[in-house]
Amino acid sequence: MSETILSDLAKALGDQSIKVIDLTHTLDPDFPVIILPPEFNQCARFRMEEISAYDHRGPAWKWHNITLSEHTGTHFDAPAHWISGRDLPNNSVDTINPANFVGPVMVIDCSEGSATNEDFELTPELILAWEEEHGEIPKDSWVLMRTDWSKKTGADYLNMRDDGPHSPGPTPDAIRFLIHERNIRGFGTETVGTDAGQGSHYTPPYPAHFYLHGAGKFGLQCLANLDLLPPRGAILLAAPLKIKDGTGSPLRVMALVQGNDI
Amino acid sequence: MRQSYDGVVLCAPFTTAYQRYSIETAHWWIARALKGSLDLAGLRPSEIDGFTVSSFTLFPDTAVGLTQHLGLSPRWLDHIPMGGASGVVALRRATRAVQSGDADIVACVAGDTNHIDSFRLMLSSFSRFASDASYPYGYGGPNANFALLTDRYMQEFGATREDFGKICVAQRQNALSNPGAVMKKPLTLEQYLAAKPISDPIALFDCVMPCAGSEAFLVMSEEEAAKRALPYARISGAIERHNAHAEDPIQLRGGWSVDIDELWDMAGCAPVDMDLVQTYDDYPVISAMQIEDLGFCPKGEAPSFLRDKDMTIKGDFPHNTSGGQLSAGQAGAAGGFIGLVEAIRQVTGQAGPTQVAGASSALVSGFGMINYDRGVCSAAAVITGGAR
Amino acid sequence: MTDPLSPPPKKNPQVRTVSPTRPPEARSRAALGLSAAAAEGRFALQHCDECGKVQYPPRDACSGCLSTELRWKDTDAKGTLLAETTIHTSTKLYFRERTPWRTGSVQLDAGPVIICHLHGDCVRNGRVDIINRLDRSGQAVLLALPSQRSPHMEDDPQLRAMTSDPKHRRILITDARNPNTSEIARALSDAGASMIFVGLSETWRPSPTLDALSAMDKVDVLPLDVTDTHSVQKLAGAIGGKTDILINNARFLRPGGVLARSDTSFAKEEMEVNYFGLMRLAQSFGPVMASRTADGVNASVAWVNILSVHALSSQPEFGCFSASNAAARSLSQSLRAEFRASGLRVMNLYCGPTEDEWYQPLPPPKVTPQAVARTLVTGLQNGLEETYCGDVAKDVFERFRDNPLILERETTLAGDGA
Repeated sequence: MSETILSDLAKALGDQSIKVIDLTHTLDPDFPVIILPPEFNQCARFRMEEISAYDHRGPAWKWHNITLSEHTGTHFDAPAHWISGRDLPNNSVDTINPANFVGPVMVIDCSEGSATNEDFELTPELILAWEEEHGEIPKDSWVLMRTDWSKKTGADYLNMRDDGPHSPGPTPDAIRFLIHERNIRGFGTETVGTDAGQGSHYTPPYPAHFYLHGAGKFGLQCLANLDLLPPRGAILLAAPLKIKDGTGSPLRVMALVQGNDI
Repeated sequence: MRQSYDGVVLCAPFTTAYQRYSIETAHWWIARALKGSLDLAGLRPSEIDGFTVSSFTLFPDTAVGLTQHLGLSPRWLDHIPMGGASGVVALRRATRAVQSGDADIVACVAGDTNHIDSFRLMLSSFSRFASDASYPYGYGGPNANFALLTDRYMQEFGATREDFGKICVAQRQNALSNPGAVMKKPLTLEQYLAAKPISDPIALFDCVMPCAGSEAFLVMSEEEAAKRALPYARISGAIERHNAHAEDPIQLRGGWSVDIDELWDMAGCAPVDMDLVQTYDDYPVISAMQIEDLGFCPKGEAPSFLRDKDMTIKGDFPHNTSGGQLSAGQAGAAGGFIGLVEAIRQVTGQAGPTQVAGASSALVSGFGMINYDRGVCSAAAVITGGAR
Repeated sequence: MTDPLSPPPKKNPQVRTVSPTRPPEARSRAALGLSAAAAEGRFALQHCDECGKVQYPPRDACSGCLSTELRWKDTDAKGTLLAETTIHTSTKLYFRERTPWRTGSVQLDAGPVIICHLHGDCVRNGRVDIINRLDRSGQAVLLALPSQRSPHMEDDPQLRAMTSDPKHRRILITDARNPNTSEIARALSDAGASMIFVGLSETWRPSPTLDALSAMDKVDVLPLDVTDTHSVQKLAGAIGGKTDILINNARFLRPGGVLARSDTSFAKEEMEVNYFGLMRLAQSFGPVMASRTADGVNASVAWVNILSVHALSSQPEFGCFSASNAAARSLSQSLRAEFRASGLRVMNLYCGPTEDEWYQPLPPPKVTPQAVARTLVTGLQNGLEETYCGDVAKDVFERFRDNPLILERETTLAGDGA
């Protein structure tokens, strides 16, 4: 490998011809988490308690204890998260090859459809249509479904109703296509899960989780700013915390984008 | 018939002039009165072998601590926590001690100081029943308790504020002759009636003025007093009773009514024979109650009885001749001695400016300790002039 | 006739807030029996087991027969007013600031004569009913009411000084999501509360009661999550200075004891809401409420916790929930002690199984939201510290009072299986 690639990269970062885009939501106690039926154990909300704040508890320093789930806020799903991936090797965040944490990213824009249809589905047809325009999805890339859902706030984000949440997501066929036909690295969304709000009504339920993790692929959810990414050409940085046997992790997700792509 | 008090006498009555507030302690005030009494008798402290003390503000000391503090070594020692009944009770106990030979000369002393906040602090720890069942109700202290029984007395017997005013006005008149009295200005009935309300129907001049002061007298055998050429008073009779009439829903009579016949039988005389009367006057209604319960008039008739009487020193019914607590001041436990010490002076002709002409017999009455809703201790003694 | 209480004027920002003062607190151990009865709003006196004589003031031995077997029993509260006084001066600041203050001497039909506070409508020689209430020192005092109800009698200043009446007061109910919230808000509104703040957690998810609550007059729904320190601090910053009564009805409940669960997740959440939630609320709202207990007609007056009666003794089917409530009850006792100097009262309202999803598999009787609301308002009006809602709660409490060890055995039987 040429030594000039990294020095070129450093230069490009320095002169901002390559930009760093933050795809992460702020960890905030008010940020929604997934809601399961109340008899199930629940995902912890983000909480922060002062240890001290330049006061009698510690005069010259301020720090916090935080509590949260592996799956709170903008977060990474490892294969061990789902029953279908439970027996795979290197299926937890501490054992995943770190090479997977940096890589190419494709962004399929579903924002128009999602704006009018809260249950908008990403189908193989839509993927093929995207490839018509932008070329085939390369092997081992991240595929992100842009819906602009991250711009929703409050109750609109989960969009929870008596029959459950309503938000866009992939069909089982779409996920199968991405895995089997394109062998992607992982799939990411702007919603609270990689599956649609009504994803429990597919066969199998939660197909993105089920198929992705069963195939050793990764998930990213609660992403933001996908509208700032080009359909292809960006590099995604998504390194989960190294949690022993961790099934996922909150993380700072960033993308490197060439200036003329924005 | 109980054994008489013959052969034992009261002498050397001493009053330390009262002060509204004092920076001194109870120990200081007690020492002053003890020294005053001993000086009158020409005795050194080592010559007394009996000692009794009454005080509210001596805490944490008692008579025990005072022996060391004052350098006394008595063979008979008592501490009498009976407030307004302390004087007569001290007299009874000391007299029996001398009669039996347990002591030869007993000094009876009462005294209290009065700091800016000591009345309030004293109230706060007065008794368990008071803490539990009286103070939480307005914390009016004795004023509120006596207001309730004054209210009931007025309902029951038709007494008026004017009737109580007459008692207070006469005592103020007497106090003006007593240079040691705290109150120095005359009081009219109009002023009494127009006074600031304290706890209805009690108003300002129904209430005593807390102050610092002390009182003392000596008890010894008549021979001892004669040998020392001391003027003395004899004790004709004395009674004491606690928690009488507990079944009365509200106190309209005291323990005197239980023992009154015995008192006059023992004394061999009658109310009409008294040259002066010293009642315990924490409130005028209590004086009225004593005048009834000690036989001067039937129950409930004190107001009409007193309406025709002149209660001043020069009057036909001299009452609380030094001004009593209402006008001389209420010096804590010394209030239980004020009437007795003044009576000893009166019947021995030593009262000076407050002297009732020709006084030879006096009734002294004590009343003390509002444990909850009423005074629990009552006592009375008839004393007569012996040698002058 | 009592003058009806006027709504308070807006606070004058240039006038110093009156510092709380207290009536005398000192009591003998025996007299604490009266305070314990007052905490539940009962008029009880000591009765001699041997001769039956009714005693007052409280004591350690019978004044009739010297027996030391004296037992607190609910007692006939009727009597006749023998004498009265209006106190104009007092050496105790609390009363000094509140004169004129009426007290009286009442002959009880049951025997003893008592000194008591007098409702303004009591007349000399008239018949009265005695009630036993906690004053701002947290100790029992007896108060005579006219035996015939009189108009606006609850507005009597001496009576109001002993109670936590919601009239003209501003109240925070902490959890909009609790099924009892709407009924509590309605009952408080009917009782004359001037403003009802309702805390809503996780505004990003729907609340079935939100529309009904928001539509109610006087109700203002505000974000509050008792598991989030910052959220509690933020709301206290906004409304802490005008919260006169705080009603903590936040509850997290899941069935199961220790072994029925394989982890501490629900137990943690139970502690977060039921125990730490109370602590967070107290740390944020407590100090400012405690500073405003003498602040006029709408002075702060009470802190209410709605607890399971199984805080007293575990219900193993809900063992972990019971434990969190026991922890909350214990904390409430500490809080009560810490508030005592201010006169702010802590009332615990204990419920049996409530009529909601988490007790759905249990047989009746169950406590309806209406019953909770009624018990709560009555408890505030009577200035209680402890009140029990529903037959189950009362039954458990009676058994607890009788013998907590027997109660524990009664509630932990394994059945006659193998």
